[in-house]
Amino acid sequence: MFDFTLPSLGADMDEGKLIEWKVKPGDTVRKGQVVAIVDTSKAAVDVEIWQDGVVHELLVEPGERIPVGTVLATLLEPGEKPPPEGAASAGERAGKLTPAAAPGASEAARQRISPAARRRAEALGVDIARLMGSGPGGAVTLADVEAAAQPGASKSAETVPVAHPEADRNAEMRRAIAAAMSRSKREIPHYYLVETIPMARAQRWLAQVNEGRPITGRLLMAVLQLKAVAAALAQYPEMNGFFRDGRFESVPAAHIGVAISLRQGGLIAPALHDVGSKPLDQLMRELADLVKRTRAGSLRSSEMSDPTITVTNLGEQGVESVMGVIYPPQVALVGFGRIMERPWVEDGTLVVTPTVVASLAADHRVSDGHRGALFLAELRECLQRPEEL
Amino acid sequence: MRVSYREAMRQALHDALVSDPRVFLMGEDVGRYGGTYAVSKGFYDEFGPERIRDTPLSELGFVGAGIGAALGGMRPIVEVMTVNFSLLALDQIVNSAALLRHMSGGQVSVPLVIRMATGAGRQLAAQHSHSLENWYAHIPGIRVLAPATIADARGMLAPALADPDPVVIFEHAQLYNTEDELRDEPNEDWRCDIERAAIRRPGSRLTVITYGGSLPKALEAADELARDGIDVEVLDLRVLRPLDTETIAESVSRTHRAVIVDEGWRSGSLAAEVMARIVERCFYDLDAPPVRVCSEEVPIPYAKHMEDAALPQAAKIVAAVREVLNV
Amino acid sequence: MNETGDMTEAVTGMPERPFAHRLLADMLRIRRMEEKCAELYGAQKIRGFLHLYIGEEACATGAMHALDAGDNVVATYREHGHALLRGVPMDAIMAEMFGKAAGCSRGRGGSMHLFDAARRFYGGNAIVGGGLPLAVGLALADRMQGIRRVTACFFGEGAVAEGAFHEGMNLAALWRLPVLFLCENNLYAMGTALDRSESQTELCVKAASYKVPTLKVDGMDVRAVHEATCRAAQQVREEGGPFFVEFRTFRFRAHSMFDPELYRDKAEVEEWKKRGPIHSFSAQLKAAGELSEDGFLDLDAAAEAEVAAAVAFAEAAAWEPVEDLLRDVTTPGGRS
Repeated sequence: MFDFTLPSLGADMDEGKLIEWKVKPGDTVRKGQVVAIVDTSKAAVDVEIWQDGVVHELLVEPGERIPVGTVLATLLEPGEKPPPEGAASAGERAGKLTPAAAPGASEAARQRISPAARRRAEALGVDIARLMGSGPGGAVTLADVEAAAQPGASKSAETVPVAHPEADRNAEMRRAIAAAMSRSKREIPHYYLVETIPMARAQRWLAQVNEGRPITGRLLMAVLQLKAVAAALAQYPEMNGFFRDGRFESVPAAHIGVAISLRQGGLIAPALHDVGSKPLDQLMRELADLVKRTRAGSLRSSEMSDPTITVTNLGEQGVESVMGVIYPPQVALVGFGRIMERPWVEDGTLVVTPTVVASLAADHRVSDGHRGALFLAELRECLQRPEEL
Repeated sequence: MRVSYREAMRQALHDALVSDPRVFLMGEDVGRYGGTYAVSKGFYDEFGPERIRDTPLSELGFVGAGIGAALGGMRPIVEVMTVNFSLLALDQIVNSAALLRHMSGGQVSVPLVIRMATGAGRQLAAQHSHSLENWYAHIPGIRVLAPATIADARGMLAPALADPDPVVIFEHAQLYNTEDELRDEPNEDWRCDIERAAIRRPGSRLTVITYGGSLPKALEAADELARDGIDVEVLDLRVLRPLDTETIAESVSRTHRAVIVDEGWRSGSLAAEVMARIVERCFYDLDAPPVRVCSEEVPIPYAKHMEDAALPQAAKIVAAVREVLNV
Repeated sequence: MNETGDMTEAVTGMPERPFAHRLLADMLRIRRMEEKCAELYGAQKIRGFLHLYIGEEACATGAMHALDAGDNVVATYREHGHALLRGVPMDAIMAEMFGKAAGCSRGRGGSMHLFDAARRFYGGNAIVGGGLPLAVGLALADRMQGIRRVTACFFGEGAVAEGAFHEGMNLAALWRLPVLFLCENNLYAMGTALDRSESQTELCVKAASYKVPTLKVDGMDVRAVHEATCRAAQQVREEGGPFFVEFRTFRFRAHSMFDPELYRDKAEVEEWKKRGPIHSFSAQLKAAGELSEDGFLDLDAAAEAEVAAAVAFAEAAAWEPVEDLLRDVTTPGGRS
């Protein structure tokens, strides 16, 4: 007994479809005889057999699609007796593995650090996230790392505050804040604008949204305010970006630095990335996570280097308004005071309504008071249409 | 001794013809005409029509015949007038010369040298201005050389003829009239290696990597940068296949930055290959992304100002270096 | 027979019995080897492209016996028979088709790239027309070195459409090089009939336009092929210039293993099969009393035995280790 298998009829043939048997069980076949016709994606081809014999059993029906090497029939050698009824062979198909879908992880813009600078920083123990780069696109370069490693700080590398595990962290942070704020007041010609914004609609809308939600799922007004800032920035891009090397670089996405005070003292304003494009619920989750991680000291370097504007909200502390100091190289800072009921004139009538005092500190090298005022007005209007945020 | 690139190449050919009777030169107008670039001027009278063999305009035929003659024990030097015409012989070079050793399981080698002029810069317009060195550098089985200096023009041919496998030599047409001092001691041996890249100008802040006709431009750019106190290294690839990755990696690891200058078009260029090897080998030593200065993605135009704009120039190299250094 | 001539109708005398039997035996060796190859292809022992010569055996057999051992041979991708009759052992050919290290190209070439440098067999070339310029160069090298030798270059009629044919023919004639151009005209370039691809279907006319002397001969008749090739080779040897011989032949099987043969009529194939080179020559020999049926069966059995041994050899042969992958891209030891 021998098998007749589907031969390969070309380099590109992996399988074929049996069209027709030219023999039936009991037929005597001769070497070279055409025994079947097989369709190979290109054409129907006569299939020859290469051994004399007697057809015993046809195992594949016409119309079946079978891979090369499949046993099509069994044959008896000339003179061989047929075996008793019994054993049958069964083909086995391997199930196809479905590759697991790769999670489409999106990653926020990273701090630019040259590979060489990163390796050198590791070797020298320099915290690279603290550095601002002098290379193309603001990348931290070897020179920046080496300068930062010099005792007594450096000219090219500016330090920014970051959570740090060492014991003298507080002092270091104080120094860093001092350096940044001094530089800001030294270099940036600030101008300040203030606007009182009615918050009744925003509060009502927020109450509705939060109704029935568990406490952990509720939106905070702070998120609504951040989203409103991002919406206003889209109209006034000169508030969003960096002033470097004597010129302003606008940034399309609003990476808002959220000022977060630390329990042990000090302040960090890490980035909530691309606030304008994210839904409020996502922003809420990310903000909660950012606050938690900031206080735990586990920020990512990109969160330190990316903020394009800072928003500070001192309402919790009870102040009415805040006049901020711009964080270089950013060009603006928005401050929110406490939302409180104030007398308000509406349609000629004196009413009591919740309002908040929003302030803008902006870089006069980049924008003027006129544009700043329009920006604040836009922020006010955005907060009157919370459902659109 | 001050000699031109053309003269250096002529002397190298002359040496080869004198020293080995198996060597012969074959190509269009290499004989009576004296060579398109006058490299073989006078050879026809000196060596005769058998060894200075004028061919019909049939690149496929005579390059193939060169391969056959190499199989048959000769050491042919086949001159293809310019790289654009070599496309007519590409089948024989790629499908025969480069493959015969492998297809025969190592039984036969093809000791053939193919010379051709390459490059733009003389207002010869789109069909006579190609830089297709990268096409040949893509093919396993052939060695590709780009002599850019007078010494290399003088010294690369002999080792190329000694190579048992096919060697393609690209001579940038803009180089033929360049001149330089050439060593000329008694019993001088001009032969040079055809394995390694060469540092043509040492420097510390960045490596400019180039070859062939772009080398003088890179050196000019380096001079200009030096006047502003910017010290760059200039590396001449010399051998386009197999690429000398070691020398490239050593230099870039030291300077941490690279600008690659290539007269080929950017897409799929040799510069792209060099950049890939830099990233593979030197990633953690890089202090800035490598940058390429290549020909613009346009057929080479005829008008002078447009041709200049399409090609790498010293000013473009200077600008690229400044971009990478952020200075 | 006449000089730019036509030998298709020529009647020649029967060769001496031992040589006649040699011709028949060699045709049988090619036939049985290739039938086995077809079977082994179906069994996936042989892969890639496999172009069988079945039906055309008289061409290689008659022509190879007209060449000297010192001559050069350049062949095509349908070259199993040429390699075999050039003296490449069937074991090495079969091992090559299996892709084994013991193959005549160490398994790197396969069916289309059989090589044997020692026998001056410069390979199966799978670029149609690619061998012609190579042959011209081999002949040029011989001429320049003062070596008296013929370079025989086999190609199919499909090659005459390629520039390489015309450039090679011109160079050989222009430089008067000793190239014997042997065109196996099997009427179909893959699936394209000659008159569907050429304005001039008389191939000898094309060659003659380069002032190359020509002969046209019945490629199904091994005696005629041998006689024509002897005559052409002799002229090349004596006069130095090239010669063009056209063998009119037919392949009985498909172009390659994958070819449903939609382009030709089965009746045409059957008609040509009646003129099959093996049975027509054996019939002639029997009629002349030079061969008995037992004699034929003996020759056939010997061929079958050689094939069986070659298959056993190829089966048992070792694969080249993958660590050697990068071997033979360039010449070891480098420059000399």
